[in-house]
Amino acid sequence: MTLIDLANPTKFLSLTARVLPWLTGATAIFLLVGFYQAAMAPDDYQQGATAKIMFVHVPNAWLAMFVWGVMSVAALGTLVWRHPLADVAAKAATPIGAAFTFLALVTGSLWGRPMWGTYWEWDARMTSVLILFLMYLGLMALWRAVDDPSRAARAAAVLTLVGALNLPIIKFSVDWWNTLHQPAAVLRMGGTSLDKAFLIPLLVMAVGFSLLFVTLHLAAMRNEILRRRVRSLQMMQASQQAA
Amino acid sequence: MTALAALIRRDIRIAVRVGGGALIGVLFFLTVTVLMPFAIGPDLALLTRLGPAILWFGALLASLLTLDRLFTADHEDGSLDLIVMGRAPLELACAAKALAHWLAAGLPLIVATPVLGLLLNLDATATAAVALTLLVGTPALTFTGMIGAALAVTLHRGGLLLAVLVLPLSIPVLIFGVAASQAAITGPLSFGTPFSILCALSLVSLVVGPFAAAASLRHGLD
Repeated sequence: MTLIDLANPTKFLSLTARVLPWLTGATAIFLLVGFYQAAMAPDDYQQGATAKIMFVHVPNAWLAMFVWGVMSVAALGTLVWRHPLADVAAKAATPIGAAFTFLALVTGSLWGRPMWGTYWEWDARMTSVLILFLMYLGLMALWRAVDDPSRAARAAAVLTLVGALNLPIIKFSVDWWNTLHQPAAVLRMGGTSLDKAFLIPLLVMAVGFSLLFVTLHLAAMRNEILRRRVRSLQMMQASQQAA
Repeated sequence: MTALAALIRRDIRIAVRVGGGALIGVLFFLTVTVLMPFAIGPDLALLTRLGPAILWFGALLASLLTLDRLFTADHEDGSLDLIVMGRAPLELACAAKALAHWLAAGLPLIVATPVLGLLLNLDATATAAVALTLLVGTPALTFTGMIGAALAVTLHRGGLLLAVLVLPLSIPVLIFGVAASQAAITGPLSFGTPFSILCALSLVSLVVGPFAAAASLRHGLD
């Protein structure tokens, strides 16, 4: 089974139909274990129980960037290899990535309220995640602006790759901008290295959320394929009625 | 090479003639800058402090709004198809079109900057700093904006969608443009560092913009 075999949507559908229940089960197990371990983890000596927001916040922030990487690979698949499932993958990943980015922002903001005394700070990291969120929303707007999926796919692929090039530059400039404005007040997590009591639950949660992404992504790809089939059937019916 | 020179000449000629609309960008720049004191208040000290940011924001919006027409007019009369099919590489043709657009719509903004600097109570050094940063920064805006313009013409959508897609990409240019102007006016940082990064951003967009726009046109037009 290579990547090119999956170009046949029917094969892809039957494979994912077999894989998805297992993935769903694995996701549920990892997330349950992760949440249990996170609840059992000791309180932070400075931040108390609020530090546990980290177990949700960090995997979401990690996935927010990871999903753009997945979309960039899919964009290459669309433009270079013309893989028929690549644009389905890119389209299905966009709203999921936006949701992870939104969750990272919300959990970060909820964490910031008791710790920093404010929901929003123009901190460099938060600002660049916010810009990432705006770019996800722009891509979703692009997908929704055009009714022909393949035409939208190529435009979205170009924009995704330009975004992948630009995101590091934006990150760098926002870092620079923030250190210019407030040099001393760079907020940092307590230490550079996490204790094992925090690290293991965090890794379990990271695996759990990544599995959640894979599960949701495959399910969304299935839905998108079925949606396109329904669309082409409707077009056929409409043209038959017209004839 | 002659084909590209002819393309540049033709684009500039169309832009400055009746129906071209290159000078509307300057008018927009002027209007936005004049409107700002009504929102902020006529406090000259505050306007001096915000001046570079206001001028940069006005230039950003002005160059964004004129970009909408970069490919659309050519697409409507069919000459874009000729450019795509022509013997000159599409990447170079895109770069030539963007260069012509910058000469017709970007340079007038920089020429207008000293006048607007007077309105915002900027002294000679500050005005020169803003004009210089705009001179090296606006090519980056034009060349990244060209990607959005190429996407817009293949999708038959322009206006707001283009703005939403292009504006996040222009954040670095805005940051370093304003930072370099502020550094020249108040310090404490040296002018050279942000200014060199601004030049680097322009050079990067000079390379990335034509390739992305050409890819978008090649894959998107039918």
